[in-house]
Amino acid sequence: MAMKEKVLEIEGLTKAFGDHVVLNGLNLSICKGEVVVIIGPSGCGKSTLLRCINGLEPINGGVIRLDGEVISNQKKSMHLVRQKIGMVFQSYDLFPNMTIIDNILLAPVKVQKREKREALQEAKELLSRVGLSEKRKAYPRELSGGQKQRAAIVRALIMHPEIMLFDEVTAALDPQMVREVLNVILELARQGITMAIVTHEMAFAKSVADRVIFLDGGNIKEQNTPNEFFEHPKTERAQEFLNTFSYEEVHKEVETSQS
Amino acid sequence: MLAIGIDILFRGNNLVRLLEGLWVTIKISMLAIIVSIILGILFGMVMTMKHPMIKGVCRVYLEFIRIMPQLVLLFLVYFGATKAFQIHISGKVAAVLVFSLWGTAEMGDLVRGALVSIPYHQYESGMALGLTRLKIFRYIIIPQTLRRLIPLAINLATRMIKTTSLIVLIGVVEVLKVGQQIIEANRFTVPDAALWIYAVVFFLYFIVCYPISLLARKLERIWQE
Repeated sequence: MAMKEKVLEIEGLTKAFGDHVVLNGLNLSICKGEVVVIIGPSGCGKSTLLRCINGLEPINGGVIRLDGEVISNQKKSMHLVRQKIGMVFQSYDLFPNMTIIDNILLAPVKVQKREKREALQEAKELLSRVGLSEKRKAYPRELSGGQKQRAAIVRALIMHPEIMLFDEVTAALDPQMVREVLNVILELARQGITMAIVTHEMAFAKSVADRVIFLDGGNIKEQNTPNEFFEHPKTERAQEFLNTFSYEEVHKEVETSQS
Repeated sequence: MLAIGIDILFRGNNLVRLLEGLWVTIKISMLAIIVSIILGILFGMVMTMKHPMIKGVCRVYLEFIRIMPQLVLLFLVYFGATKAFQIHISGKVAAVLVFSLWGTAEMGDLVRGALVSIPYHQYESGMALGLTRLKIFRYIIIPQTLRRLIPLAINLATRMIKTTSLIVLIGVVEVLKVGQQIIEANRFTVPDAALWIYAVVFFLYFIVCYPISLLARKLERIWQE
């Protein structure tokens, strides 16, 4: 994996909101076909990192390269860069004024100027792959949360991005819908799509990731293969963080307020 | 008695005069509505700006127009302007002016409301797909804004049409004034003319406004998200 060409390179990325430094000199490279899962306590800058990558947030220092080209703080051409970066957000972000198929076709037809027929064909294929063939002509309001997120994934995917960014896409979903969305992402991983995924689903992270990145205090505290990271976290912070996902047995006779 | 009353409408050219009066009403309201829509959209966009000074000026304009009864505004422009600036403006011009001022303020507030009701992540999702700012507005923001806006704007338009009846008081001869003239002229021969004439005036307003509110309801049904 390490030998492959680098799709994304981040060097010394610094991002602050006013006095509050969110990312502090972060370095990260992602290779073609690699799936990187970013985890960490809330407020550690995971989402900000993704938002910096596709230019939704201007950065205060460092440089971001996509395919060797500098993409950070390129105000004028950012919309061109974003066509190569697919992003799916936590909030259901489909456009309510369009049907599912129109949501999906908007960017390929109006931005990439692709042939409508050909784009429609691909959209249909992608929709059937995520199990939404029948919802083609439905409006977003008629879909469940899980269906909306699957449609949003298709909408990003049809642009053939160099890299897909997932920002806690299942955080607002019911458990069984989480599963259907994560299955789609697992399928993308199998197809070798390059991805950076921010998630709180640890079991999913373990199964989908080629590399797990633990973010804390605005920088990468630890990174490793998922097995190594989850079984033998090296830093104290990572151990603490992983412990928050397990619960100790409650002993009723003893004081319950103590943990 | 009733049979005598109703024929007041068909005496002389009463009905034609009433329709001519209605035409004056329609002309004034339509002009004001068109101006209000155009300026109101601009005003609404200006109102979403963050600059405190701009915000303050917009706020004052909106509140001033809202608090002031339309009749007072009419008097202020029609009589006040004549006295203060030694210019004579006709009642019709004053009416269009006042209703445009009022409509622009109200329309602007509707546009502002519709614009700020679009969640920010709609802009962000558009950006994330590589759309330019112009395309985000064209395909995502404006269609969504219009959906929310049109039923409200139509409602405002019917309110404006109805309120134009106030311009009688600055001497504009429109449908209501014509009605009053007919009633006055026949006070002794047809004592219950008022009933019939006002019924017809009601009916005339109704046939102008009802199709408009039907349209609003229909659009609302088609566009509900």
